[in-house]
Amino acid sequence: MTVITKKGEIADAYVRADTLETAFEADGIPLIPASLVDEYVVAKPGTDFGLSVPGSMPIEDLVPYLAQASLIAIEFPGFSDGRGFSLARRVKREGFAGRLRASGPLIADQFTDALQCGFDEVELPETMTNRQPVQQWMEAKDTITDFYQSGYGEGLSILEKRRAARKGARP
Amino acid sequence: MYRYDEFDERFVRERVAQFRGQVERRLEGSLTEDEFKPLRLKNGLYLQLHAYMLRIAVPYGTLNSRQLRQLAHIAETYDKGYGHFTTRQNLQFNWPKLKDVPDILDLLADVEMHCIQTSGNCIRNVTADQFAGVAKDEVEDPRPTAELLRQWSSLHPEFVWLPRKFKIAVTGAEHDRAAIKVHDIGLKLKRNAAGEVGYEVIVGGGLGRTPMIGKVVRDFLPKEELLAYLEAIMRVYNSEGRRDNKYKARVKILVHETGEEEFRARVEEEYAKLDGPTINAPEEEVERIAAYFAPPAYEDLAEDSATLDGARASDPALDRFVEQNGFAHKQPGYIALTIALKEIGAVPGDMSADQMRAFADIAEKYSFDEFRVTHSQNLVLPHVKKDDLPAVYAALKEAGLASANAGLITDIIACPGLDYCALATAKSIPIAQDIAKTFADPDRQKAIGDLPIKISGCINACGHHHVGAIGILGLEKGGRENYQITIGGDATEHAALGERLGPGIDAGDVPGAIEAVVETYLAEKQGSESFIETVRRTGAEPFKAGFTAFIEARAAAQSEAAE
Repeated sequence: MTVITKKGEIADAYVRADTLETAFEADGIPLIPASLVDEYVVAKPGTDFGLSVPGSMPIEDLVPYLAQASLIAIEFPGFSDGRGFSLARRVKREGFAGRLRASGPLIADQFTDALQCGFDEVELPETMTNRQPVQQWMEAKDTITDFYQSGYGEGLSILEKRRAARKGARP
Repeated sequence: MYRYDEFDERFVRERVAQFRGQVERRLEGSLTEDEFKPLRLKNGLYLQLHAYMLRIAVPYGTLNSRQLRQLAHIAETYDKGYGHFTTRQNLQFNWPKLKDVPDILDLLADVEMHCIQTSGNCIRNVTADQFAGVAKDEVEDPRPTAELLRQWSSLHPEFVWLPRKFKIAVTGAEHDRAAIKVHDIGLKLKRNAAGEVGYEVIVGGGLGRTPMIGKVVRDFLPKEELLAYLEAIMRVYNSEGRRDNKYKARVKILVHETGEEEFRARVEEEYAKLDGPTINAPEEEVERIAAYFAPPAYEDLAEDSATLDGARASDPALDRFVEQNGFAHKQPGYIALTIALKEIGAVPGDMSADQMRAFADIAEKYSFDEFRVTHSQNLVLPHVKKDDLPAVYAALKEAGLASANAGLITDIIACPGLDYCALATAKSIPIAQDIAKTFADPDRQKAIGDLPIKISGCINACGHHHVGAIGILGLEKGGRENYQITIGGDATEHAALGERLGPGIDAGDVPGAIEAVVETYLAEKQGSESFIETVRRTGAEPFKAGFTAFIEARAAAQSEAAE
């Protein structure tokens, strides 16, 4: 697995765990599936963990864990399944302050979409990074300078920039 | 019309560069064919039966002469010298080569055009009333809304990987010429009791293999809340729309399976959680866009033109053209003209490069340098001075563009069908040509009156057959092309889906069957009823009887011939 942020590849501090036992013994912060989270929280109250959920998960089911998990990984079953983008928006809207990860076979061409929707990083299978190395992801995110949609990403949208330019132009 | 500013210009240029890079990454293996396919589709590039097809966006169907001349140049340089106007007010080139596509995109960007989201599972080109800014029954011009939506939907970070394609149409008039009830989202500009302008929001209409009429999700949405409300609808659809079966993935199925009430509740719940002011367009921006669509500099004229009246009195062909293809303009002394790309025997919607250049000259000289594409695969000159009409008609005639059959039985919508399309199960263009030839006599067409025929070459219904007053659906049955006939379909504010008349028939029997349907109409017709009005009053029964009698007579003739 390779983890890429907008600044480049980073070391993954999280270790995927499919059972409680492997979660307890993880060499790093355990990244656990939704099916284990209730048991894990009872067994290890107050410890750091990441939570991995499918893009189809209703936000209501996720809200109880947002204050506890330091990372939410939203799983993309395929690159063309866009549900994870909407779930990311809802997670951010709920005030989630941890790291938000898109996990699955995304393509570099979606990197900007992911960042704009609130993801901090993308976790890719090796088969993807073999074909689309980190360099392609860095180039892809800078291909389009400005976007029309307000309320996405960090900067001003084109619509907001036009308004700002007009205000600045006024005496 | 709208003009790009520095942001629009750079955006489209960067999109071209992005696509060029995507083609390169496909060729050197970074992208698999499965990954490249949706990327090329989102830029309008299809792989058809014989070649690639490039679909160019004509936002809400509005073009100017410079753009049309560029399209003529592209048609001659990179295609076979013609283009094809589609039922989504777009233009398709049927024979481009993959290696040329980035260059074509650059040429389009030179004239403020693009192919962004003319295909793929994303928000498609937004369509609007072709008589926007012209019609007398207009509450407000729909084009500023459509342009705002063009910008908002372009490379939307959240909604480019939807379950399925998504089509939005806008009208500002009472009479619906934009077919808003058969779109994924239909918007109608209206006034509330307090006189404020807003939208009626309709969701979940559509044609295809499961045709449905859309449901009103919001009776009145204040105008400034549009983008946030659409974001709520799109988020509900993106999250909950089916992804297990592409034939059940459109929003109409979600609305149907969820139930109208529950769907509305989910949209409103999502909407209540949104921070509207951070999403909606700034008021200055809405005003900035609207200013581009201010009425052109009309002259102060009398409603009637002695020049035109005189010319009509002496030239019956001109008189018929104005009567059939003219549309009343809100500005005294002006008229809008439909240019039917439906010469008898021609391919519906096709236009040659020479015709494009001739038409560009006409639009530039006589219609404030602007024209429209209609979803009936025709063009419109929106603002012609009545005094100029004789000259315009002469110029159109010379270019082979003066067909006086707008709205008549020979003004047929047809999808590309088996002649081009990889999905088609039957031919549709030759069927349209055969019907047009059968009814070629202008007097006969006039006696029949308004009768829109719509032909699709497969159940995906690109020819909108469900909403044709007469609809024809071509299927494949036992290795033969087989055609089902429906009647009573309507895409206007009286939206209705057509009803089948009986079993499918052979291609060769279609013109005769249409004649039988028309004979029934002429026999049943009361007063000045149009075809669709008669069908609405009588129901389908008399037409079924006429159709059945035709089939029986054909069968009898065939068995006699066999003996």
